[in-house]
Amino acid sequence: MAKGLTWTIDDADHMTQAEIYGEVLTQLGAQNERIIALTADLAGSTKIGRFQKDFPDRFVNLGVAEMNMMGMASGLASVGFVPVVSTFAVFASLRCAEFVRTDICYQNRNVKIIATHSGTSFGQAGTTHHCTEDLAVMRSFANMKVIAPADSYETAKALTEAIEVEGPIYMRIGRSFEPPLHKSVDFDFEIGKAIQIHEGTDITVIACGRTVLSALEAAEIAKQQGLSVRVLDMHTVKPIDTDAVLQAVGETRRIITAEDHSVIGGLGSAVAEVIAASGKGCVLKKLGLQDEFSIVGYPEDLLHRYGIDGDGIAEAIQQVMKTDFEADEDWEDEV
Amino acid sequence: MVLEADERQRLEQKANEIRQEIVKITYTCGGAHIGGSLSQTDLMVALYYKYLKFDPKNPDWEERDRFLLSKGHGGVGHGAVLADVGFFARSELDDFNKTGSPFGMHLDRLKVKGVDASTGSLGHGLGIANGMAYGARLLGKTWRTYVLLGDGELNGGPTWEAAMAAGHFKLANLTALVDRNHLCIDGSTEDIMSLEPLREKWEAFGWNALEIDGHDFDQICQAIEAAQQETGRPTVIIASTIKGKGVDFMENQASWHYGGLDEAMEEQALNSLRKE
Repeated sequence: MAKGLTWTIDDADHMTQAEIYGEVLTQLGAQNERIIALTADLAGSTKIGRFQKDFPDRFVNLGVAEMNMMGMASGLASVGFVPVVSTFAVFASLRCAEFVRTDICYQNRNVKIIATHSGTSFGQAGTTHHCTEDLAVMRSFANMKVIAPADSYETAKALTEAIEVEGPIYMRIGRSFEPPLHKSVDFDFEIGKAIQIHEGTDITVIACGRTVLSALEAAEIAKQQGLSVRVLDMHTVKPIDTDAVLQAVGETRRIITAEDHSVIGGLGSAVAEVIAASGKGCVLKKLGLQDEFSIVGYPEDLLHRYGIDGDGIAEAIQQVMKTDFEADEDWEDEV
Repeated sequence: MVLEADERQRLEQKANEIRQEIVKITYTCGGAHIGGSLSQTDLMVALYYKYLKFDPKNPDWEERDRFLLSKGHGGVGHGAVLADVGFFARSELDDFNKTGSPFGMHLDRLKVKGVDASTGSLGHGLGIANGMAYGARLLGKTWRTYVLLGDGELNGGPTWEAAMAAGHFKLANLTALVDRNHLCIDGSTEDIMSLEPLREKWEAFGWNALEIDGHDFDQICQAIEAAQQETGRPTVIIASTIKGKGVDFMENQASWHYGGLDEAMEEQALNSLRKE
């Protein structure tokens, strides 16, 4: 797979996550003629219209028929194309689950799925158009890598690397009105390697997607209360950065996970699996949807309701700091 | 079109050999989807022994025609053909169904040479075939994509999503064949979930739809060549077949969708085929 793909964004402050995705995809398409974009009557909503305009031959609209889209992506990959499939997360991951599993992952086809409107980001559309189960489902498919970029710049960097590496990738982004986390494009991004957004020694918040910004806000609130909060941007949910999680366990022993997703099967579960296997004692609180379906509402209200905005995570930090964990004689740490 | 007598005889003889292989593997492996493997055999033989371009020494040859067995449970029949045309040794099929074997009921493209897509879950083949055919056209390639569907499989929505797309995109380099044996697991396709009028359904989705006798090589070859010459739309060949074809006690029996054979039954089945 060709490395060295490049792109530039001049006006990121005035562009949404999906607009930057569409712009970067178009620039990558100019450099790699095997990139082919597929969508299911959502070219406008997923912002890949620019790609369609520049490369009409390499743009395929399948209509409202997502299962066939995943099958076609598998077939196109088999003859050397790099299909980039865009639709809403709920359709990509749940309606198409078996097609993604059997046609793409089982056959190890080089397909990139860009799932927009993930979590509760499509607020007023309600549960049918929310998707709070995709990380759980996609994470369970062998061969699949699962990424939840925190903002537009991460989306662009993740997309570039996704195209440069061989194999199936599921990337969930929001509806695209999310505020930026990074102030510039000048940061390192590597699939499978967490980014420490904020240094801290009392407690660690591990987040992905939109909630990384919430976690950073919570860290600032907690700082006023005298707490030192580490924030890890765990943009790659699979393969998860085991070292970063274990380091947090060893150095802070209190961990909160925050995701716009069910607490069953997603980031929180992935972190819990690492902790449990380590044999180390630790307090873990998983924030997200607590085994419930989401309600209708403005996206920012929904983040608040499910405790994954800055205030909600700050409150959880206070709770967890009051929770004791059993002392372990063999445990050598600085807590 | 009528085949030359010796060519017809060659294909018929090969089909009989493949059916005997299917019976033998079914005996050694403990059980297989034998009924549908026997019904699809003439279609498979016409493709693999007359039309498909492939190179057993170079299974990934880019210019090969693609073949997908969307009715993946016919894998025992597909495996028998792939061994016979030289993708691997016949002896490898002795391990069919054994733990750790590359060969199970549904063939895995990453483990079995000559398999273009891992199928088994019904309703997946036509969508993948669409991608191959669409990709070939985009790349300016002349190779063709063939996909063999079961008729019970046509109950499901995904195949019709794919059929609609192939018609919309006018994928003339794509040919679907339906092994129309009129039986699914629980009985007659028309009793369980009726498919008729089937030709009209495909035509309404933008396909050139041909109905033939799926055990008559003249008709099979004529239809495949008509599909190759079609330029404006994909072609579906609805081939009327007999489930269990060639084995007298299996023919038209839904219960032989899947089954095993003891030594006496194997001998009885082979004798029935030897009389063909």
